[in-house]
Amino acid sequence: MAEYSALSLLKNAFTGNKDWKPAWRKPDPKASYDVIVIGGGGHGLSTAYYLAKEHGITNVAVLEKGWLGSGNVGRNTTAVRSNYLLPSNTRFYEHSMKMWENLSHDLNYNVMFSQRGCLNLAHTPAQFDDYARRGNAMRHLGVDAELMTVAEIKRLVPALDVSGSARFPILGGLMQPRAGSARHDAVAWGYARGADRRGVDIIENCEVTGFLRNGDRITGVSTTRGEIRAKKVALAVAGSTGRVMQLAGIDKMPIESHVLQAFVTESLKPIIDTILTFGMGHFYISQSDKGGLVYGGDLDGYNSYAQRGSLPIVDEVMSEMLALFPGLARVRMLRSWGGVCDMTMDGSPIITTGPLPGMYLNCGWCYGGFKATPASGWCFAWTIAKDEPHDFNAPFTLDRFYRGLVIDDKGQGATPRLH
Amino acid sequence: MLITCPYCGPRDVIEFTYQGDGNRQRPQPSSQDLDAWNAYVYDRLNPAGDHNEIWQHSGGCRAHLRVVRNTLTHEISSSGFARGDHKAARHRLETKS
Repeated sequence: MAEYSALSLLKNAFTGNKDWKPAWRKPDPKASYDVIVIGGGGHGLSTAYYLAKEHGITNVAVLEKGWLGSGNVGRNTTAVRSNYLLPSNTRFYEHSMKMWENLSHDLNYNVMFSQRGCLNLAHTPAQFDDYARRGNAMRHLGVDAELMTVAEIKRLVPALDVSGSARFPILGGLMQPRAGSARHDAVAWGYARGADRRGVDIIENCEVTGFLRNGDRITGVSTTRGEIRAKKVALAVAGSTGRVMQLAGIDKMPIESHVLQAFVTESLKPIIDTILTFGMGHFYISQSDKGGLVYGGDLDGYNSYAQRGSLPIVDEVMSEMLALFPGLARVRMLRSWGGVCDMTMDGSPIITTGPLPGMYLNCGWCYGGFKATPASGWCFAWTIAKDEPHDFNAPFTLDRFYRGLVIDDKGQGATPRLH
Repeated sequence: MLITCPYCGPRDVIEFTYQGDGNRQRPQPSSQDLDAWNAYVYDRLNPAGDHNEIWQHSGGCRAHLRVVRNTLTHEISSSGFARGDHKAARHRLETKS
């Protein structure tokens, strides 16, 4: 499996780098599979990878309507953290964090996971108390968390305005040192290659247009490249969940699709070597290895399937950045883009069997899906292979909303745009 | 994005607060039909296309509006007061789709 090594680099350098195998094949779809995974993003690819690796199910197709990695796996701001309050979230995301820590070795593909820490800034005494509570909850479950004083924060991020005259003075912060960032394209490519080498067919430019049924049971899909049958059909389509479920005849879900924007500036010398979040609005920033500042804020705030945002949020996100870093006022923004997020009613995801026989559902990642990529695929593969959830995803059912078992980390209630 | 308020005319989206899916039916307060309450609180129509939704002109006259907006293009095909024309807006949406 160690296709990439110092030796192979050297060998290919001597032969003009002409002999590298493509990272994944471009197969035509077969007439039937054991499992079809709809969605060739991070979660779909990791699901296929773990189906093959952990459960020996290799007769699998991943159907992607565009090109591989064209959706949210290439649109997020790459933060990886497990700093949640509620135990079911903390356990799941900490499992993910542990998988991230070994992911490059596991995939034999450098995902450039960099554990540079994630610091949540507190601006009021009540917020600082709240962070202390969350930090204690995390440590109680074996997750790392440290409270930081203003002096420590100033040392860590000298560019930050920590003065008392800042628009929202900083009183301290909660740091998760093991948090970090990864190169999101490499995550998609690494999983795709790993799945492909184990026999999974990754079929791009293949949009699902309907479901094949035998009575209630889902027995396959019709696509732009013909009908494909399967014993099990798994959905990992993030922002398109509503649309694909409508194809299966389910009109209403506890989900709204919203657009989230992200931004990157021109390259700068190293200035922020952690992931920083603002506590008096919704703003997060880190610096990529190329030097660009990568940052984002709130959702646009209304249902949208357009992968582009509107200007009021651009304005708001820039003001939040300047409230923290007045020195960045003249830095130029290079690019901005949008991704469609499947926002649930409690801000937590859904990984479950059903809701129809023969169907498996992985959705509701709100805007936290990237960090979940390894554990989401791992748990979903388990659920598909064994027809029951693993302990880690057992709380993330679809019917929890109707049974009073919501997992609302923010305590926000059933208003998806506020999660 | 501009939303046309019947009182104030076309105004920028930042003056409005989004209140989501306008198809939800609130059960009578005395209702003990749990399924109806669950549906009202948690279930949403989430179409890719025309969406019947409620906005409040919170930065203006504070009227609640019923707006039909396309979630793919953000184009608004109708807007009016939410109080009077539930039926008219729903009818427009139904005849469109």
